[in-house]
Amino acid sequence: MSVTPNVHGQPQLTGAEIVVRCLAEEQVEFVFGYPGGAVLNIYDEVFKQDKFRHVLVRHEQAAVHAADAYSRSSNKIGVCLVTSGPGLTNAVTGIATAHMDSIPLIIISGQVPTHAIGQDAFQECDTVGITRPCVKHNFLVKDVRDLAATFKKAFYIATTGRPGPVLIDIPKDVTAASCRFEYPKDVTMRSYNPGGKGHSGQIKKAAQLLLDAKRPMIYAGGGVVLNDASAALVKLVRMLGAPVTTTLMGLGGYPGNDAQYLGMPGMHGTYEANQAMQDCDVLLAVGARFDDRVIGNPSHFYREDRKIIHVDIDPSSISKRVRVDVPIVGYVKDVLTEMIGVLEASGKRPDAAALTAWWTRIKEWQSRNCLKYKASSDVIKPQFVVQKLFELTGGDAFITSDVGQHQMWAAQYYRFDKPRRWINSGGLGTMGVGLPYAMGVQLANPDATVACITGEASIQMCIQELSTCRQYHIPVKIINLNNRYLGMVRQWQEFFYGNRYAESYVDALPDFAKLAEAYGHRGLRIERPGDVEGALREALQQKEKLVFLDFITDQTENVYPMIPGGKGLTEMILAEEL
Amino acid sequence: MRHILSILIENEPGALSRVVGLFSARGYNIDSLSVATTEDTTMSRMTIVTHGSDEVIEQITKQLNKLIEVIKVVDLTDGNHIERELMLVKVRAAGKDRDEMKRMADIFRGRILDVTDRSYTVELTGDSDKLDAFIAAIEPGVILETVRTGASGIGRGERILKI
Repeated sequence: MSVTPNVHGQPQLTGAEIVVRCLAEEQVEFVFGYPGGAVLNIYDEVFKQDKFRHVLVRHEQAAVHAADAYSRSSNKIGVCLVTSGPGLTNAVTGIATAHMDSIPLIIISGQVPTHAIGQDAFQECDTVGITRPCVKHNFLVKDVRDLAATFKKAFYIATTGRPGPVLIDIPKDVTAASCRFEYPKDVTMRSYNPGGKGHSGQIKKAAQLLLDAKRPMIYAGGGVVLNDASAALVKLVRMLGAPVTTTLMGLGGYPGNDAQYLGMPGMHGTYEANQAMQDCDVLLAVGARFDDRVIGNPSHFYREDRKIIHVDIDPSSISKRVRVDVPIVGYVKDVLTEMIGVLEASGKRPDAAALTAWWTRIKEWQSRNCLKYKASSDVIKPQFVVQKLFELTGGDAFITSDVGQHQMWAAQYYRFDKPRRWINSGGLGTMGVGLPYAMGVQLANPDATVACITGEASIQMCIQELSTCRQYHIPVKIINLNNRYLGMVRQWQEFFYGNRYAESYVDALPDFAKLAEAYGHRGLRIERPGDVEGALREALQQKEKLVFLDFITDQTENVYPMIPGGKGLTEMILAEEL
Repeated sequence: MRHILSILIENEPGALSRVVGLFSARGYNIDSLSVATTEDTTMSRMTIVTHGSDEVIEQITKQLNKLIEVIKVVDLTDGNHIERELMLVKVRAAGKDRDEMKRMADIFRGRILDVTDRSYTVELTGDSDKLDAFIAAIEPGVILETVRTGASGIGRGERILKI
């Protein structure tokens, strides 16, 4: 790195050099990005350094998704770098996706020079204004002397409290200007003091409620995964003998094959999880936010005789959609650990007779076998593909998905035993994330099996990344559940729009196997149920190669159970009822 | 219910738009907003008058606290407080209206800041109800122009909002 002494003999670094140095200080391994005019100075320094690898994506949206998945699948932080104007606007979908799921992420964007800001300059946009509602925080750095401190703050804000994406917008002249570089050792902000310990009195109260419960239920969300609180959750659930459900974002936060696990709740949750959510007398919500896709209609969900304990790092998540009786604000891992300590110290046990009666009811609900589907020897059932993938990988793969029916089948039929293995866009529901997510996951976990369960519509929203996978030898397995429909849209049209399939049929699809081959990968088209297992085995054996498996599946299969929009948790449509 | 929120916020570019953006993005109401720096110029103090159910006000307070640059949020209507707003009103004051306008300004303890042969500009301070009352008390036809600052509020007695 070039170091030019100034008149006082102190080494001066350019803004671009400082950017690279800050990333090195934060021990960043990968930067996902795409160059352009406003970031050329930064890219010149990226060229000269060897502290981190840069991954050149084919579209800025994919850079953000890949960095996001890198964060989700590890306890490290994803970083992406895009240019001003269209570079940034292309990144917005990725930023909003990460924001909705509280994923820590750093986005560095180039900006036109400070003197040109507001002049409608070439590739200018109001980056801070455009991204303000979909970041945890953002900065426009107008003075090179503020750059290092801003990076320190950005990493701190992104990773503490309720995590989220933080954007740093840097005008081109700031990357050219120079000053002395010193990376701050720590950061204090009078306006931002995240975390804090859960209130001990409230934790005691919660523990007592859980001990006194006749029908306890534990509902865990993405906060458990993000805060690495799985071990504490498992311990608490075992102590209480209570049933547990994990949301779409919480899958893997509790072992999916455990006897106390009831599956996922919500719109496409299991019968038993939804019934138990509704009928319990004490509900412990941990790192979850009573989302509309989880509890359905809040007024139907409300029960006067049910007590709710809510543990979350974000006070604004508490009593937002559902009034709670015992709010506890704090890091979920710390709160659960303290709660376990309180229970142990009390020497008390939950009411065994009541639990036995509660589990008898739950077993009745489980006997409905709500995830059963009609097997077929003629046509490939999408659920069958996911089940086979689960069997062959022993539940140990990292699975990314896109959005729609395939996402729900992946969530229902792949029983995640470990946290950070299930990577999907839960909050924003962004089609197109699957492939770039798989890239980020594979780079964070180079030796792991990474599969992207997708559909023929979603995959086409970021399919250009097959090229990135080729360049960086990213051997992910693409499981394309190809039903030639926008399946979830088609399902809603079948149920609620009188079978009028407006624009949900996908015509003129490419031959995906050939397309994958054109990008230099291996592609296979599978049309018969008998060939599913063999194809999956072949793909999994090819450790060095990306394999694109195009499964031609049943066109009209629906996702069950289903709670129609605006309905309550016990108003599920089950497959058997149709 | 009407609430008056006092907010201490970092005096940074864009900080105001984060607050305003939050209200519009989440569908909350702003009845008035006033803001200026405090004696410590690194900080601004904002007074927002809003209305909503207890649940909505609780969410507004929590969401404001979540903004990185917000230092403190207090709902002044939780306790005793003083509220003042300033209004400038330009009224027609010619012929028979002239004496009447002077009398009305006196009744409301207003001050006439500017005089022409056809108009007065009256300065009034008070809580928002008082200013509303003045507007209601005078003939609508004589009002040429009004401008209001929005309410500023402060707690009574020992109630202090400071870091």
